[in-house]
Parts: sequence; C-alpha cells; structure tokens
Amino acid sequence: MIKLYDYVLSVNCYKQRLMMSILDVEYETVPVDFFPGWEHKGEEFRKINPLGHIPVIDDDGYILWDAHAILVYLAAKYDPSGRWYPTGDPGLLGETASWMLFAEGTTNTASAARLCVNLGYDFDLEACQAGAHRLFRVLDEHLWFREREGREWVCSGAHPTIADIALFPDVVLSEEGGISRLDYPALRRWTDRVKRIPGFEGMPGIFPASRGVEV
Amino acid sequence: MAGANGECQNGAVLDQWHPLGAIDEAEPNVVHVTRLLGESISFAVTPEGRSAVWRTRGDLAAGMPVDPESVAGTLPSRCEFLYVWTSLGDPPERSFDIPEFFEPDRRNFNACTIGLRTSAPRAVENFLDMGHFPFVHDGLLGSEPRTEVVDYNVHVDGDTNEVWATECQFWQPAASATATEGQMVDYVYRIMQPYSILLYKSCPAAPERMDLIGLFVQATSEEHCRGHMFLSLIDDESSIGHIRRFVQTIFAQDVPIIENQNPKRLPLDPQAETPIRSDRASILYRRWLSDLGVTYAVIPAA
Repeated sequence: MIKLYDYVLSVNCYKQRLMMSILDVEYETVPVDFFPGWEHKGEEFRKINPLGHIPVIDDDGYILWDAHAILVYLAAKYDPSGRWYPTGDPGLLGETASWMLFAEGTTNTASAARLCVNLGYDFDLEACQAGAHRLFRVLDEHLWFREREGREWVCSGAHPTIADIALFPDVVLSEEGGISRLDYPALRRWTDRVKRIPGFEGMPGIFPASRGVEV
Repeated sequence: MAGANGECQNGAVLDQWHPLGAIDEAEPNVVHVTRLLGESISFAVTPEGRSAVWRTRGDLAAGMPVDPESVAGTLPSRCEFLYVWTSLGDPPERSFDIPEFFEPDRRNFNACTIGLRTSAPRAVENFLDMGHFPFVHDGLLGSEPRTEVVDYNVHVDGDTNEVWATECQFWQPAASATATEGQMVDYVYRIMQPYSILLYKSCPAAPERMDLIGLFVQATSEEHCRGHMFLSLIDDESSIGHIRRFVQTIFAQDVPIIENQNPKRLPLDPQAETPIRSDRASILYRRWLSDLGVTYAVIPAA
C-alpha cells in the first residue's frame, strides 16, 4: 500500500490525499510532526527525503517527493482512463503542465502567506499576499472565459486534470493567509465545482460544498 | 508606568502574565522576537529554562546570540507551564496553578502555536463553546443529530476570581487521539485570566482522572493573536506526532469559523450579540471581562 508522509495542515500533502481519495487509491499516512516538531528537518527524515520536505510517498519501495511530481505519478499510474494526466492528448498535456507551473506560484504566494499567518513563518507577508492577488486575478479571468465556453475546469478538456488538484488547496485556503476571494467570483464557482467531484475529501479549514436540494 | 507609550493602555490587561512561546521550541541563548499588545517584544531562554524578556531594541536583533542573564532593562518574566510569560505592567506574584501538571505520569507539551486573524477573547470564547462541535468538528468532537448541549453550571470562584463551567457533557464520536468509539464526555472549563483558558476532559486511559487542554492566547494586537495549545495528558500510547495531528486538525477546523466572526474584537455589551441557553459560559465570560475592567481586544459595554 502507498505510504504518504503527511502533515495534516499542509496544502501540498492535502493535494495527495485529495487525489488519492478521488482516484479511490488505498493509502496509509505516516504523520510527520512538521509543526512545531520540525521532524521533516531531522536526520531520520532526511534519510527518506534529503531535501527535508513533505509530502513524500513510498509506493511499495518507490519513493517520490515534490507535491506536483507525486500528482503526475499518481494520476499516470492509478487513473486508467488517462483523463487526470492526459498523456494521450499533447495539447491538453501541455496546458496541464503549464497550469502545474502556475500552481507553483500560488503555492509560493497564497500558501506561503498562510504559513506566515498561521505558523509564524518569517516570509514577507505583504509580498506573498500581493503575489497571490496577481495570480488569482489571472486565474479568475481565465476561468471566467472558460465558463463562457461552457467549460468547467482549468484546462480546456471536459474533465478536470491534476492542475485543478494542484491549484485548489492554495486557492480555497487563501483566507487563512489574509487573501480574500471576494473579488474573484469565477474562482469561487470553480472551487465549488471541485468540491463536487466524486470522491472529494476536504481538510481542516475547508467547508464542504452545500448539499443540493433533494427532490 | 510601563506600557505608557505602547498601543495598549489598559491596566487590567497590561498587568496580566502573557505567553510568548514554548520554552522547548526557543533555541537557547538566541534572541527571539514576537509581538504582544501591539509592541515588538524580544525574549531569550537559557539551556536550563530561565528567561529574559525585553522590549525589542536594535542592539539585540532576532537570531543574535545572547546570554539571557546579561540583558539589562528587562520586563518581568517567568518560565512556567511550558511557556515563557511576560507582563508589560505590574503583574501579580503568582499567575495561576495547575497542580495536575506536576503529576509524574503526565505528558506535558505544546501541541501547536497558531496565529489567528482575530482577537484573543474571540479565540477563548470559541474554545469555551460546545454548541459548534457537531457542525465544525463532525465525526470528532460531535456529530449530527446529537447536537444538544446539556445544561451545565457556571460560577466565578470567590477565592481565585476564575470563571468555571462545570458538569458539562457532550456526546463525542472521537473524543481524543486514542478514542476508538463514541462516548459521553465530561468537560470542565476554567478561565484563569482574560486570555487563558483550560479544559479538563474525561481521560480515556484513566477514567478517574482528567486530561488537560489549555489555550493560552497571546494578544499580538487587538485583532490578531497567537494561540498556544497546552496539553497535559495521561496517554503513554500515542506518539507526540499522532496527538499533535489530532489536536491541530481540530484547531484548524475552528480557524475559518473564528476568523469570520465580526467584529473581531469581542463585544461585551449583553445586547450586542444574541446568546442562546448553551452560551451561559460565554455570557459569564463577557461579564467577567467587563468586571475586570478589560478594554483591550474587546468592545466595552456602553
């Protein structure tokens, strides 16, 4: 079974839990005392990942780190339909890669702001917040135009991709870093769509989507 | 008078002991900088766990090596119950007692220190509230439809002037890191200082004793704070990582709820927000803050 070296409040770890929950992949978590224990910086953990960061997965002896790399691996291996990581469609695959890189930006701004506010990281909070707003503005516009074309996801296919999974936690927890999503209506509608993907699982701080009216 | 030039002019708050950080997590003999009541405050601890606290100044910048015992012009400080405490006014000789802390079989440690974009008393009041358990901590501290908060008792202790809520009970699906099934859990709440609260909770490992969970809040400004989560548990099974994961999950579920309460400062006017029957503890807490003369991080009653 896949082992996920995990910290419950980490957005990058949550990305993996979310992906595996949606793909219905069985896994076990190994809780890492990330905060305040800094276990991931210790000698023991560096034997697993010399860079000293999480998430890391151990899939039957195959070790992989870096959140977005793990998403690529999980989707490529465990999604037989090939839609989450669309290797069969070069155009869509290129878009996916592009938005995955964009998600590095949202992680380094929006989620960094959250680390500042919640866990006391010594980053430049205002710069993180301003950077996140710049990226959210771009993403909101992009999603607004997508909606006009009748499309629901970050990439142009009819099905969500790992880019949606990579972006969602950074966006949906932004308020914790003092980044309001009031000005980004298309972004808010997209987060609700992600929450309704079958198999969706939240994390502390994320409200579930409201239940639909039963008729 | 200390504090005369700071943001906080409220004697009732200045004279309190305030937590700054966990002793264990502060690298010894190094300057650490934090905020308290709108001011930049620095502290350092010795390897033996003695502390020095001072108003931040240029010659002792964050991260610089320092012998805490050589620092001049320090503020009152103490290392107690896992944390470094200070006061910007004239603090009482003793803060409060936690006799259980010294029982040899207890595990005492900081679960986390988390920054919140709200006032210290909002954080305390949320900690005091059982009504939200089934809605915010579904599957852990509560579960629909078992939403009833059974009547409980509240009083202010005549000797210590602490707020107590006793005989609280709640049905919890997973009351602690070791719980394997749902159970009716006994709670006692105790508010020792305006921004410090302690919870006594049924202990699964020792039915006749209580686990202690504290929230000691550092008011960094009127509308921002850091919550230090104190644990004193009887549990020799779970790893610290496992317990921290459980407690931090719950804390993080509360964050969006607390941060969306407006106004951020706690209104003390009884008419300001509409309480229900299960809010008796928070009604008393607000009145007690008024009686103590607390005006910082609250909206005083007219």
